[in-house]
Amino acid sequence: MRRKSGALAVYAAAFLVFLYAPAILLPVFAFNDSKIIAFPLSGFTLEWFRQILGADALHDATLNSLFIAMTTAVLATALGTFAARAATRYKFPAKAGIMGLVMTPLVLPEIIVGVSLLVAILQLGMELSLFTIILGHVLICTPFSAAILGSAFQNLDNSLEEASIDLGRSRFDTFRLITLPLVLPGVLASLLVSFTISLDEFIIAFFLAGNETTLPIYIWGQLRFPQKIPTLMAVGTVLLAASLTLLATAEFLRRSSIRRTGADAAKGLM
Amino acid sequence: MIRINCVSKRFGDIRALDEVSAEIHESEFFSLLGPSGCGKTTLLRMIAGFDEPSEGEIFIDGKSMDGVPPNRRPTNMVFQSYAIFPHLNVAENVAYGLHARKGTRVEIRRQVAETLDMVGLAGFEDRQPHALSGGQKQRVALARALILKPKVLLLDEPLSALDRQLREQMQTELRHLQRAVGITFVFVTHDQEEALTMSDRIAVIFEGKVAQLDSPLELYRRPVTKRVGEFIGVMNFLGARLLAEESGGYEVEVEGLGRVKVPKRQAPGGVSGSRLTAGIRPEMLTLEFDDAEIPGRRANGKVVDTQYLGDMTYYEIALEGIGKPLTLSMRNTADRPILEPGTAAKVRWGPDSVLLLN
Repeated sequence: MRRKSGALAVYAAAFLVFLYAPAILLPVFAFNDSKIIAFPLSGFTLEWFRQILGADALHDATLNSLFIAMTTAVLATALGTFAARAATRYKFPAKAGIMGLVMTPLVLPEIIVGVSLLVAILQLGMELSLFTIILGHVLICTPFSAAILGSAFQNLDNSLEEASIDLGRSRFDTFRLITLPLVLPGVLASLLVSFTISLDEFIIAFFLAGNETTLPIYIWGQLRFPQKIPTLMAVGTVLLAASLTLLATAEFLRRSSIRRTGADAAKGLM
Repeated sequence: MIRINCVSKRFGDIRALDEVSAEIHESEFFSLLGPSGCGKTTLLRMIAGFDEPSEGEIFIDGKSMDGVPPNRRPTNMVFQSYAIFPHLNVAENVAYGLHARKGTRVEIRRQVAETLDMVGLAGFEDRQPHALSGGQKQRVALARALILKPKVLLLDEPLSALDRQLREQMQTELRHLQRAVGITFVFVTHDQEEALTMSDRIAVIFEGKVAQLDSPLELYRRPVTKRVGEFIGVMNFLGARLLAEESGGYEVEVEGLGRVKVPKRQAPGGVSGSRLTAGIRPEMLTLEFDDAEIPGRRANGKVVDTQYLGDMTYYEIALEGIGKPLTLSMRNTADRPILEPGTAAKVRWGPDSVLLLN
């Protein structure tokens, strides 16, 4: 038994190293005083971060991406809420088929989604813009949102809403005072997941961007210039720090809201 | 108080309720009793306003409830799952429905305390629902509904999730509470014992139809059909043949018992045709332990099985001329012996022991 658990520990350690070592290299080279990404390290510098401040194209791309990601998160979560609500509360013909279609973008190759959206949008005579990117991102984020919110609504006892109405409250009050607080962790998780997916999505954005640039497209473009790579490392470091902060905040909110309802907060990640 | 007027409910092709009519009186403890899936909960939900009748109409306090949503009805409900809001504490749960009423915070707090005291949860205001036991959640659900002083309190199998001891205690408490507040209670249950002990009147529902609406005593003593008799308590059924109809009752030939005169009141469902069923409750038969000549009919038989329950003994008695043994119960007393299987036994009955069913 001891030998067995020893082997498992080695496996687990190797797994974690493989998963996170590349990400740890980002900050290491971001602060390294050399244009070449290689060991040994040559010294500490904040030069690459200073270059971020001066890169206007990077700022535009970042603002575009943030705008797209936030809009996508809100739209996908709204659509996901409708889908999840329908799936858990109502019976309608061909329900399984319809829910299957809602979830299909999860497994469709993004390159196919990108190409077909491009063809469709051009056929419709629409201009490629940030809006068309948002359309594509909403399409791929909605299934995630529907899945996350589906489990949130599933866990919500139908009679809680009935009890609220029975006690004299309006439907709006019931939503505000009972439904929303109880599915809020799910809504936040959905916003977060959609935001993250959209923020670093490259393929669909690449097809649908037209003249616009998003952060992933910008980074991809900069890779052609070796001297820009340390700056990209710095950009990556900022993104890493931002997503870790976001994730930690979301998990903290989720746990505190679950603790209020008395369930075991440690159960289930996200 | 509540008039249910020829109400039907269809879900697709399924008829959940079929032309149900009933009148529920003021301050009455009224039970809807039936096996699961018989439509009793559907009827309760239609009184609450969660479902609309497909046909027919429900009146509460003389007003038609047609199209009136649950939040505008003078009814409140205690749900089977209790439906305690998990993110609100006990006081917030109980005060939840008071929003529309005028009152200062001090006044609301006083009312909450008073209501919690009434259901035996004084001092529980700040507890979180997850820290409550099933029985305590039950009481919070009651307090939350009763604080609004509804005209009708609807209870959907509220005791089914509790263990036996707590359930019996809650039965008594609910009954006392109902008498104290004087509100009409409509109680849904599949447990016939629960319905018998708590209710003023019971509507027995089978497959969407009211099979019988009566007091517990009448339901038990004089069920109108074989099925009601079987559902409520234990009943022996014997084949019977109508010999003559007289002014006071019927003369029938019951298999195993011979000729029996049955008074009219013992045929609550009326008599049609000559082939009938005789229903007899186990305690309506007695064993004779001495040779004293006591008036009444008797038959000879043999003990097949003895089930000793402490205060009672249940016997299976095979009578001459019938295949299936009769179930008979005797209260145990100090001088009454317990008969072993195989012993010969004399069974006696009176005129009110036999019930005639179609």
